[in-house]
Amino acid sequence: MATKQRRSAVLALLMTGVLVVAGCSGGGEEAAPQSELYKDPVTLTWWHNASQDGPGKTYWEKVAKDFSALHSTVKIEIEAIETNQLQRTRLPAALLSSDPPDIFQAWGGGEMTEQVEADYLKDITDQTKTEVGNIGSAAEIWQVKGKQYGLPYRMGIEGIWYNKDMFAAAGIAAPPTTFEELNAAVTKLKATNVIPIAVGAGDKWPAAHWWYNMALRACSVDALKKASAEKNFDDPCFVKAGQDLKSFIDTKPFQPNFIATPGQNDPTSANGMLANGKAAMELMGDWNRGTLDTVTTDKAKLASFLGWFPVPAIAGSPGDPKAALGGGDGFSCAKNAPAECVEFLKYLVSPEVQKGYAETGTGLPVAKGAEAGVKDPALKSILDATTGASYVQLWLDTAYGSTVGNAMNDAIVAIFAGNGTPEKVVSAMKAAASK
Amino acid sequence: MTSANQIRMPAGGASASPAGHHKAGRDSARRADTRRKWYEIIGLTTPAVVIYVMFVLVPMGFAVYYSLFRWRGVGPPTEFVGLRNYTLAFQDPIFLDALRNNAIIVFGSLLIQGPIALGVALLLNRRFRGRAVFRLLVFVPYVLAEVTVGIMWKLLLTGDGTVDALLRSLGMGGFVQAWLADLDVVIWTLLAVLTWKYVGFAIILLLAGLSNVPDELIEAAAIDGASWWQIQRHVTIPLLGPTIRIWMFLSMIGSLQIFDMIWVTSVPAVRSLGASATMATYMVDNGFFARLWGYGNAVAVILFAISFVAALLFQRFLLRRDIQGAITGRAK
Repeated sequence: MATKQRRSAVLALLMTGVLVVAGCSGGGEEAAPQSELYKDPVTLTWWHNASQDGPGKTYWEKVAKDFSALHSTVKIEIEAIETNQLQRTRLPAALLSSDPPDIFQAWGGGEMTEQVEADYLKDITDQTKTEVGNIGSAAEIWQVKGKQYGLPYRMGIEGIWYNKDMFAAAGIAAPPTTFEELNAAVTKLKATNVIPIAVGAGDKWPAAHWWYNMALRACSVDALKKASAEKNFDDPCFVKAGQDLKSFIDTKPFQPNFIATPGQNDPTSANGMLANGKAAMELMGDWNRGTLDTVTTDKAKLASFLGWFPVPAIAGSPGDPKAALGGGDGFSCAKNAPAECVEFLKYLVSPEVQKGYAETGTGLPVAKGAEAGVKDPALKSILDATTGASYVQLWLDTAYGSTVGNAMNDAIVAIFAGNGTPEKVVSAMKAAASK
Repeated sequence: MTSANQIRMPAGGASASPAGHHKAGRDSARRADTRRKWYEIIGLTTPAVVIYVMFVLVPMGFAVYYSLFRWRGVGPPTEFVGLRNYTLAFQDPIFLDALRNNAIIVFGSLLIQGPIALGVALLLNRRFRGRAVFRLLVFVPYVLAEVTVGIMWKLLLTGDGTVDALLRSLGMGGFVQAWLADLDVVIWTLLAVLTWKYVGFAIILLLAGLSNVPDELIEAAAIDGASWWQIQRHVTIPLLGPTIRIWMFLSMIGSLQIFDMIWVTSVPAVRSLGASATMATYMVDNGFFARLWGYGNAVAVILFAISFVAALLFQRFLLRRDIQGAITGRAK
């Protein structure tokens, strides 16, 4: 795997698109039988998205080193790439070329289905039966038509992160379990001159997740599954989600000018507001524990006030109140990657490596036997809620693929900006599906 | 365009031949001379032409080709849709917003930067103490990287940021806006930032042009009793014409293709609502983020076509005298 050659190929592709057609021929190697494993020296190239200096990135470096120590024939070259760059430009371009990375970040859902249909990914169903069994239902997101094309290393559901001290000061006895209670809490928090909820609408998806959760409450599990599988958004529950969102926004629970607020990773962002005691709540996934830490000025204080509760139920909605929205991160092997790639993938989700990952505090592990690594109380409550969830719906933009996802998020943000409608969200999704 | 030009110019100069030979010898000498000239031309231009074809013309051809497909960038393009991507673009209100924003930036830049630059250049062309320092200061924003400037202004313009604080301290709190979040305000905010960044470039160009205005003319006018303003109005500014037109041309093309500053400074949500999108940001948002690669290519082709036509028209009608024979005019 000549890194230099690939890099220039990617560059040329991005600039010109010249190499696109030439790149589709592929190498055509046959998978080596089990006895051939670790015989010849191989170099695995690994692209992951823990690009910021932090525990996640350091941990992956350690894992790669450990694996090479166990198997001296395997050398692992890591490239840490920022998520958007990785997902939108580097990876699609590299997959089109004849020399993609061997093991790379995969998010499951619509995007992975497209990748499988284009024959980019290695079918690992037979080699990973044990691991999939140990991971359980979360592994299903990395399946296409019953076959396994990747494994998750992080999985968790979304909920509301909150400031216990602010809740106490506002006289809120217990975390809200219904939207009526949430509305009441918002009113009480406002009375204490606190921003009730921070939302990073500037980045679109943090705002869109509010709509996803409304859809989760308004739609039956069947309707959600049908929408993911068939890109069929005819069920009236999707319009209802927009109406519920609109009436929630009308109660003004968010900070002013939320349309300009970034989602995460800087002090002026929504999670910066929560981390530094400027807002009382934020809707976000399990990875937020790690990102909150990077923007706070006082980690000890953050740990003392931080709490988490599941998204409240909406009374009278047909959706299952125990259903949750979630997602994870995983890795896949490229179609022509050496067999050692699958071994490394299995190593990544082994309980020991997963436990070490949990100890970094950047997200929740998926493998059974790694739970002990979760120390943070907020993360522990997410772990319990994830285990207790009756159904986990993958983030809708991931589940429906980038094209529908992007149009959906834009139309939802328009509601936040005051110039969208619940109907337009659905029509935008339908239009995008046909683009 | 450039390469054709390069070929033509030396050929025009192939006239002098050594005198004093008899006819046959002169002919063969001239032929050898011409041949040598052609070897030189081919030898010198081939690398440039090859690179130009490989990295400009071929990708452009591919862009046109891909724009005819419904293609998500996964696997090779197979679903031919003809001109559907083009009609879809012109039906998308966000794309029309992007076009409008590009027009605002083109005309805003010309109408705001031009007069400011001319005034400042005329002032800085006079001799006074500290002139060199002023010239340097005026040019600083242009030297800074676009992304750096974008992030800097984004920080200055955040809610309750430096700009708001400054306005309040000056007793102008009423002017405080959601600079980057208000959908009606953001494009004007960006125009102001672009003006701040690029007016220095116009000034430097004009100062260079001013240094070419002959002192004799100005002295003659002064002796005839013309005031400073009359000299500027009737002597200096007319002689600056070519410089002003070249600046207008560069400014227009730059404004049509503007990307970095908009991308960095404006907010993704505001951009995708159309309030701060330009054709180039729209292309990236749709091509990469919505993964509509065929559609993105169609937008790229539209952007190219608009820039190309604008450039041609501008050269044909406004730059004709300045670049006579170089591009669109007939070589003499």
